[in-house]
Amino acid sequence: MSTLPPYASPLERVWFYAFRVICGLILFFLIMPLLVIVPLSFNAEPYFTFTQGMLNLNPEAYSLRWYRDIIENEQWLHSIKNSFIVAISATILATSLGTLAALGLSRAHMPARTLFMSLLISPMIVPLIITAAGMYFFYSDIGLAQTLPGIILAHTALGTPFVVITVTATLSGFDTNLIRASSSLGATPTFTFFNVTMPLILPGMISGGLFAFITSFDEVVVVLFLAGFEERTIPRQMWAGIREQISPTILAVATLLICVSVLLLVTLELLRRRGERLRGVTPG
Amino acid sequence: MTDTPTAASDDDILRTNDGVPLKVTLRRVTRRQKLIALALVMPLFAFIMVTFVGPIGMMLFRAVDNPVLQEQIPRTVALLNETWDGESVPDEAVFAVLAEEMIQQYKVREIAKVGTRLNYEQGGLRSLITQTARNVARRGEPPWKETFIAIDERWGEPQTWGIIQQASPRYTLSFFLAALDLRYDWQGNIIEQPEREQIYVMMFGRTLWISGLVTALCLLLGFPVAHLLATLPMRQSNILMILVLLPFWTSLLVRTTSWIVLLQTEGVINDVLVWIGLIGDENRVQMIYNQFGTIIAMTHILLPFMVLPIYSVMRTISPSHMRAARSLGATPFRAFREVYVPQTLPGVGAGSILVFILSIGYYITPALVGGRTGQLISNFIAYHMQKSLNWGLAAALGSLLLIGVLILYWLYNRLIGVDKMKFG
Repeated sequence: MSTLPPYASPLERVWFYAFRVICGLILFFLIMPLLVIVPLSFNAEPYFTFTQGMLNLNPEAYSLRWYRDIIENEQWLHSIKNSFIVAISATILATSLGTLAALGLSRAHMPARTLFMSLLISPMIVPLIITAAGMYFFYSDIGLAQTLPGIILAHTALGTPFVVITVTATLSGFDTNLIRASSSLGATPTFTFFNVTMPLILPGMISGGLFAFITSFDEVVVVLFLAGFEERTIPRQMWAGIREQISPTILAVATLLICVSVLLLVTLELLRRRGERLRGVTPG
Repeated sequence: MTDTPTAASDDDILRTNDGVPLKVTLRRVTRRQKLIALALVMPLFAFIMVTFVGPIGMMLFRAVDNPVLQEQIPRTVALLNETWDGESVPDEAVFAVLAEEMIQQYKVREIAKVGTRLNYEQGGLRSLITQTARNVARRGEPPWKETFIAIDERWGEPQTWGIIQQASPRYTLSFFLAALDLRYDWQGNIIEQPEREQIYVMMFGRTLWISGLVTALCLLLGFPVAHLLATLPMRQSNILMILVLLPFWTSLLVRTTSWIVLLQTEGVINDVLVWIGLIGDENRVQMIYNQFGTIIAMTHILLPFMVLPIYSVMRTISPSHMRAARSLGATPFRAFREVYVPQTLPGVGAGSILVFILSIGYYITPALVGGRTGQLISNFIAYHMQKSLNWGLAAALGSLLLIGVLILYWLYNRLIGVDKMKFG
């Protein structure tokens, strides 16, 4: 289907191009909302729509005032700081716990593998509102509600399934003879892990970690229940902005967040290419 | 090492060097391997149990937990259960105990809890309890029966006492009944809620309907795109893949915000429609803060979850199958329907179940763009958690939602397997 065969009938020719147009429209539907936000965040006027000046590409219709707003706003800066603290800590915790568990789950002798696996993946499946409600009572009871550690622990739980899944997937292509070779040469299990296993599963760990990071960085339902004013994160601040006083500052923040996701996407793509190169698979 | 294991014994059992039967050693080693595997999984398992499974279980327990009346007016409840015939007005002894306990709870400002609890069963009882308690505590005196009925005639009706009795057991099903638009009447029969208070069955129905529609839309849009991506050469499809992956990686709130910007009445799409003259400036279309907005935004947000699993299955289908079907005389449509589509079903199943699971629990997008008609069951759970503080009802609604999700999750596990889940 990638090229039109020379014997195609006229109807097939029409369908071939029509199909491409349809797919183009669907892809446009996917990407358009993101593309609209970016130029609008440079709007000099406090509107959410293109002004005449913007359409004429008049430089005066564009400005950085909404970006200045972020930098000058104590609340936004505070929430940016919180978001990074929470997301980075949750990522480190989730990656360590998740990798350990994935190592166990991938062992040949792991008992009740499916049961453990489904249980460890469940934070990804259970509706966030239920998770948030449960955690709200739990963290209030142990005095961690409205504290950053509470949110970090909650986000760790939400991020681990991604690490478990990606690292388990990486380990499924892992040659266990390497570990035997290493121990037969006298290495301790710890030495083997850090010098043999880890370098090989690192791409899986990193992409799992990136998923955990973005999960935490983007998470708002649990934060709505657990965070007080002091613990507001970027999504929580955006939520308040959209509900209460919607201003184009939101669009500027959104644009910055799109940049973060582009960055993550590029990192993942590089990792994938590296993985393929290591496995000797070249993109066709 | 010249001595052979057989030297240690006369029987035929294989033994290791130290004379232990091989079977035993093997079992020992296997057990040790099992323990190592378990030990590696244990930290995360314990963490998830303590911070995730446990709290959710305890939260859901509130759906049947009913301590208020037992804690606040225990002796009244006990006496009522012992002596009341269930038809007439209770005698003076019950009134006296209730008066005593009311005064006691009024002084520590706890009596409102009783009123709130009873109000879940029947509207108006909160004010009855608080007013009566205030009057009794200030200038009430025996005979209590006359005093109570003088304060409010409802104390002279058996219905009121029936409701107190129905609300008193330590564990109750009444929150679950409320979540299904049912309730106990004062004699303990299960009846329907009054018509205008029946919302939850409709909400569950709407949630399922919107989730089904979003899943269908995602499939309709996702299938062609996945097909195109899977059949293009890698280099081109990788570039187009960015268009799928970038929204996937972008914050949910960003995507919801952009739909607000696009769809609102003063927004980009309405502007374009006015500009090309399709609609007049004065009758702009309301496309957001209603069900339409919820469906569009959710479809956009969940579409990558459909495309990615279908794509990864389609990649494995050899193009020669289609060519073989064509060369055997099948029309393109028939070859597509009978040869290609059946092979894509694992991906279609995985994507559909995933999208459906994610959409029935959706909260953020409906809350922001749903308006009144686009709210889903999650929004009602949040409402009862944060605004009405009827945690029992929130837990009951949550339990029903969770049961639905777990059934789908189990189905997903059976059909596809959790470990086959892939991203990116």
